[in-house]
Amino acid sequence: MIDIKDLCKVYIVGDEKVRALDHATLHIYPKEFVSIIGPSGSGKSTLMNIIGCLDVADAGSYHLDGLPIESYSENQLAKIRNEKIGFVFQSFNLIPKLTAEENVELPLIYQGLPRQERAQRVQEALERVGLTKRAKHLPTELSGGQQQRVAIARAIATRPKLILADEPTGALDSKTSQEIIDIFHELHDQGNTIVLITHDPNVAKQAARSIHILDGRISEVKL
Amino acid sequence: MTLSLKMALRSIGSNKLRAILTMLGIIIGVMALVVLVSLVSGATSSVTDTISGLGSNLLTVTIEEDKGKPVDTETLETWLDEEETLGLIAPYISDTAQGSGSEGSGSLTLYGTTAEYYDIQGLQLSMGRWLKDADQENHSYVCVINETAAEELIGYTDCVGQALNLNGTKYTVIGVLADDDNNLTRVFSSGSMVAYLPYSSLVRLSTTAPAEIESFYVSAGEGHTVEEAEQTMTRLLMERFDEDDEAFEISSQDALEETMSSVTSMLTVMLGGIAGISLVVGGIGIMNIMLVTVTERTREIGIRKAIGANRRAILTQFLMEAVVLCMMGCCLGIFLSWAILQIVNTVVASLDMSFSLNLPVVLIAVVFCFIIGLVFGLYPANKAARMKPIDALHYGG
Repeated sequence: MIDIKDLCKVYIVGDEKVRALDHATLHIYPKEFVSIIGPSGSGKSTLMNIIGCLDVADAGSYHLDGLPIESYSENQLAKIRNEKIGFVFQSFNLIPKLTAEENVELPLIYQGLPRQERAQRVQEALERVGLTKRAKHLPTELSGGQQQRVAIARAIATRPKLILADEPTGALDSKTSQEIIDIFHELHDQGNTIVLITHDPNVAKQAARSIHILDGRISEVKL
Repeated sequence: MTLSLKMALRSIGSNKLRAILTMLGIIIGVMALVVLVSLVSGATSSVTDTISGLGSNLLTVTIEEDKGKPVDTETLETWLDEEETLGLIAPYISDTAQGSGSEGSGSLTLYGTTAEYYDIQGLQLSMGRWLKDADQENHSYVCVINETAAEELIGYTDCVGQALNLNGTKYTVIGVLADDDNNLTRVFSSGSMVAYLPYSSLVRLSTTAPAEIESFYVSAGEGHTVEEAEQTMTRLLMERFDEDDEAFEISSQDALEETMSSVTSMLTVMLGGIAGISLVVGGIGIMNIMLVTVTERTREIGIRKAIGANRRAILTQFLMEAVVLCMMGCCLGIFLSWAILQIVNTVVASLDMSFSLNLPVVLIAVVFCFIIGLVFGLYPANKAARMKPIDALHYGG
């Protein structure tokens, strides 16, 4: 599913070169539930951006679902993000002016699906996160946990190959966090590939496999 | 397409005050364009109607230099007999005089002319009779006055037979002219007092008027056009004045209308151009606010890109917003222009003029606004479309 070899990414901050990724190599198989754990500044955000096709590496190769990502143009990457990846962010990243269901519908609009199919998929996705009753509410009218569930619904509405969650529980209390993690478990049970990025070992533990990252290197792969 | 339209409307609706302030430039520009051009074209059509109401079968001949061969009434009669393209000829001369009647006194415009003038100019008498050939031959002290003069000098319009003093000479009123808005002379001298005298009488009364004829009206003969009459007149006068085409001048109502329309179309283009500039300024306002919007919504752009919007989708979204802003401004501007014209219409209702929206200008305004929206929306929209998803997503947070 994800095949990363010798990825390097260097940022220049002032006069200093920061090696955000230093020959990182990792594999993630279809239908796996993997967590990537590391402290802040370890390069996990960079890794997440590259896995999510939001950024490209300086060197190394990345194949997503067999596709050589580094050779694609910006518009092609947009299409890949749209069709193959569902994002869940720490800060939810919902569009404040759109209602819950409109937020969920947005990636489907970019896919160019007809209206009826969009409505059906939005309905399905909201059902899976248990938010059907809140479909017409604006993000500001929802609690943090509900907002994150809308974000998850948006991520799964396109039926992506990969769900990429970046600190999905970072902004939530522990009870709500567990609810969100439970949703991820359900999605995993239904056959989705999930990559969960976190700095919290308790959250990382929930995954079947944890990948540790430190100073841009994949230091330990625990099975 | 409908979706991005909805999205644009929503985004504009979420900040109504800003949207209206932004549109203001376009609204004022459209109003300036539509109102000014509609006013000019309304006024033009009203004046043109008046001119063509005079009958366009009329030529005005002015002799600038008689070369020792002045034209007199006999010459005119000879021409009429020989040339069948000519219909009627009426010499005229104008002067001013102090007039006094039983009720008051004042300054009058005098026209000295002959019997034919009545038919050529299409005048209407409200009472009495017009000048006759006999009045001309006898240098009679008779006059026809308009209703204004009758009321001011004699006190009532039914004044046939009353005496009128013109520069101290006693004249008898033989007819009163009806007020007629279709007469050019009347339109330009509306409200003033006019008296028509036999040509020969006026020459005697006036200290400045020459005995020879300097100007006269000619109409085309039956079954002939004004152009034919004009050709005939040109030939006759060329023969008389040694082939010198500077010695006389022939003008027709057509020529007057042409001059009018060239002046007004120039005016229209000029005013339209000025209004166009204000529209462009409005467009710059749109661009300014769109740039602010793009910066404010950087994060939204990042989210949209992350979940799969490509450059074109973002470009369309912001371009649509700019165009919709412009078109809303345009529609409001057109509506307000209509309202202003309605108000102007009520104000000038007494002037026998009416102004309505000039349809071509409305179309031009719509097209122009659309283009302005596209042109000035393109830069901000492109800026939004070119943002890197990762930078946009982490902007300000």
